[in-house]
Amino acid sequence: MAQTLRLEIVTPSETALSEDVDYVGLPAAAGEMGIYPNHVPFVTEVAAGEVAFQQKSKTVFMAIGAGFVQIMPDRISILTDMAINEDHIDEERAEEARKRAEARLSEQLNEEEMAVVQAALANSLAQLKVKRRRHRG
Amino acid sequence: MPSTRDLRRRIKSIRNTSQITKAMQMVAAAKMRKAQTAALTGRPYTDLLNQMLGNLQNDVSEFSHPLMEERPVKKSALLIVSTDKGLCGPLNTNLLREILPYDRDNTVFLAAGRKGAQFLHRTRRNLKAEFTFKDSPDFVEARGISRFLQDSFLSGEVDKVEVLYTNFVSTIRQEPKVRQLLPILELEKLDPDLVDKDSESDAGDAASSSQDATEFLYEPDAAGVLGSLLPHYLNYVVFQVLLEAKASEHSSRMVAMKNATDNAKQLIKDLTLEYNKVRQAAITSELLEITTAAMAMEN
Repeated sequence: MAQTLRLEIVTPSETALSEDVDYVGLPAAAGEMGIYPNHVPFVTEVAAGEVAFQQKSKTVFMAIGAGFVQIMPDRISILTDMAINEDHIDEERAEEARKRAEARLSEQLNEEEMAVVQAALANSLAQLKVKRRRHRG
Repeated sequence: MPSTRDLRRRIKSIRNTSQITKAMQMVAAAKMRKAQTAALTGRPYTDLLNQMLGNLQNDVSEFSHPLMEERPVKKSALLIVSTDKGLCGPLNTNLLREILPYDRDNTVFLAAGRKGAQFLHRTRRNLKAEFTFKDSPDFVEARGISRFLQDSFLSGEVDKVEVLYTNFVSTIRQEPKVRQLLPILELEKLDPDLVDKDSESDAGDAASSSQDATEFLYEPDAAGVLGSLLPHYLNYVVFQVLLEAKASEHSSRMVAMKNATDNAKQLIKDLTLEYNKVRQAAITSELLEITTAAMAMEN
């Protein structure tokens, strides 16, 4: 029986994370999901948002973009466009990106641009959410 | 007979040119390595995507998706992935030659990279959209292009989408290649290896086959997940095409610039020889004149 989970977060440009963890919380398309070791094999979409995982007693947060997750009893693989560790999030830049994206949403856009802007907005919001949580706690 | 001054000037100018080509060669070499590493770092992503697709295809037997719908082809689209800059040997010439057989009335042309767009303008073809992509292609850029293609296909504007790009075979060999993007006929395994295509690696296949036995649960259901995975798959294919094109461009430029540098060196050598000959001839004839003059005085 596996006692820990191997959490992998991969993006087209890098493997953002590959570590053994005890618990993972992630934003599945149907709602937040919490996963412990020995979960039943499962595949679903993930929305842009926040991944939280516990290692021993420490909880780490990461911001991820939209993508997919494949869950195995001893392994979780997240396939996404973006993944940034909490410490690497530049709040100002994310805030700027959010403002930029929101400003563009009010312009006249075609569908394709709209989708791109919305993805950018979701990404920056995810980063901000992760960053700001730390200030509160 | 050119004068020594002309020769000196020519040698100097060729030397300057060779310095530039040498610098460009080094830059191209560095950029090529970067493009190759970019493709390699994307490997885990490719493997995982392949694995998910493989599992899904096992679990979904009857599946249809708007992106897979085959229609009678009335109008097709061709995306041409070329370079922005020239000086990369026969790369663009070979690539653009492939455009000629396409029917210009029933084909919508799209260009990524300036050279392709210029060619389409020059030959008065129907250029619908032009995309740009950076030296180290970004996934976001690929996603933009891919979205555009998917929208054109889904809206019924075009019934087939193909992409024309330069396939990176090895550092010294690049070939123009046409690949059908839409409708998706079959999900081929993505090949992340930019480095060497001649030796097929089967490590990835072994990894995925060991997991075939696992039964997955899907949410909402297998078909739904597969449906939303398809656009991602396409985005990634476009991203790979961009990477291939860039790697080809840089390696082709590197080879072209290396040839240019070698040629310049040979020219300098020849001209220096010529220059020394002319100089020696001038000295000899001067000496001859002096001695003749001296002898004339003695008499």
